[in-house]
Amino acid sequence: MSCYSRGVPTATKAGRTTILRHPLLVRITHWLTVLAFIALLITGIEILISHPRFYWGEVGNVNTQPLFTFHIPSSRDTVPTGYGYVLPDQNGWSRYLHFQAAWLLVLTGVVYLAYLFFTGHLRRNLFPSRDQRSLRALIARIGQYLRREKSSEDELRTYNVLQRSAYLTVIFVLFPLIVWTGLAMSPAVTTAFPFISSLLGGRQTARTLHLFITVALVLFLLVHVTMVALSGFRARMRAMITGKVQVTDTELTPKELS
Amino acid sequence: MNPISRRKLLATGLAATAGAAGLATAARLAQRYGLIPPDHGGLFGAGETLTYACQRALTLHRPLHEFPRGMISRQPFMNEIGPLPDKFKASQAVNFSDWRLTVDGLVDPPLSLSIADLRALATRNQITEVACEEGWSYIAEWIGTPLSLVLREAGPKPGARFVVYRSIQSDWWDSLDLAEALYPGTLVTWGMNDGDLPVGFGGPLRLRVPRQLGYKSVKFLTHITVTDSMKHFGKGVGSSGAEFGYSWYGGM
Repeated sequence: MSCYSRGVPTATKAGRTTILRHPLLVRITHWLTVLAFIALLITGIEILISHPRFYWGEVGNVNTQPLFTFHIPSSRDTVPTGYGYVLPDQNGWSRYLHFQAAWLLVLTGVVYLAYLFFTGHLRRNLFPSRDQRSLRALIARIGQYLRREKSSEDELRTYNVLQRSAYLTVIFVLFPLIVWTGLAMSPAVTTAFPFISSLLGGRQTARTLHLFITVALVLFLLVHVTMVALSGFRARMRAMITGKVQVTDTELTPKELS
Repeated sequence: MNPISRRKLLATGLAATAGAAGLATAARLAQRYGLIPPDHGGLFGAGETLTYACQRALTLHRPLHEFPRGMISRQPFMNEIGPLPDKFKASQAVNFSDWRLTVDGLVDPPLSLSIADLRALATRNQITEVACEEGWSYIAEWIGTPLSLVLREAGPKPGARFVVYRSIQSDWWDSLDLAEALYPGTLVTWGMNDGDLPVGFGGPLRLRVPRQLGYKSVKFLTHITVTDSMKHFGKGVGSSGAEFGYSWYGGM
């Protein structure tokens, strides 16, 4: 049932064949997203440092009760931090880069989504396949991970149920939410379309949620990179850069053999 | 070369040509409709231009969003203000009765208005939020005279595209495109929460730009200049903030 490989298989070492695992467009959008995400994360932290207090509702400032505070020094002396010094202000370039990277993320996302829907990539490789659509399949795959079992050759061609669930969550829940909460902090956008902010509960709630979603995305990134490392860092990186993986000839699908 | 790769090459070439032509057309249209910000050059120009052009196109004609009176912040945050020059203190000593707002540049006639003149011209109030780029915010009622009505008195000449505004603090100046300057919510503010505008919030006169971040709302306003181009103001990037590395457009 896996029909990922559209490239022509080329024989390499005895009994091994190279097939195309990740199409070019997926590889390009993947690395552009990495670039944008790293820029957004670094600049986001820099912007946070100028006011490391978080609130709930529409308004919040040093005269109001925070929901929570990061006990770190700030780049502004108007914020009470308990530290006797102020960090250098990095908000100018950080904000410029944050929104430039946000555009890169959104435009890359649009191209990727179009690819997902128009090529069937979503149905074939992201939406759980029929035999994966059960709690039992999910638990079985977790068990396989916990026992550190070698993954099946099938997973050289497409994603398992846990990967699919994680990727779908990131693509269709976390990324849309991070963009929405970001827009809900824009005074031009919220003046023109107040519901973008009020549906979330206000500007400061949006800012706090923006942080929570960032934490969720960073957790995903950590797990993602850990899994890549555990399953063979070099091979996985090569697959996401060149698109190619090696499978044993006995595992070739009829289509790949033809 | 086999036919498939030739077809691919041809398609790629056509796509690239169409892309380049599309970009050139987009740039020309953006220029014509005033969708290019003064700080469009440099490393972050692409992002800045995209944000400005999109927000301009999508939000321009939307009405001002106000908050209910009950949401006015009881303790609005008074941000730090830089050192005030002696002429400010001299004016403060006479309760700002000699404060003047001059309007010049591409206008006919130029104006010099006292705060009493502004009050007599028109009084509007709006309950809007100040959102600082640092992340904090508060809501207040702002009372003043719409900049659009001040500009109508002055009569902008054809070709006017930007409105430059200055603080009595000589290192603080900024500018708006004409559409933002004529937006009914953009307020030459002299009152706050049923009183005079306190010095800590920019009194006696502040330009409130409710659709943009707090730093666009210049305090201690003294001078408005209507112009066709930002090239000859400072380094030509539109504001003292942009020269310091902060984006000219503060809608995001």
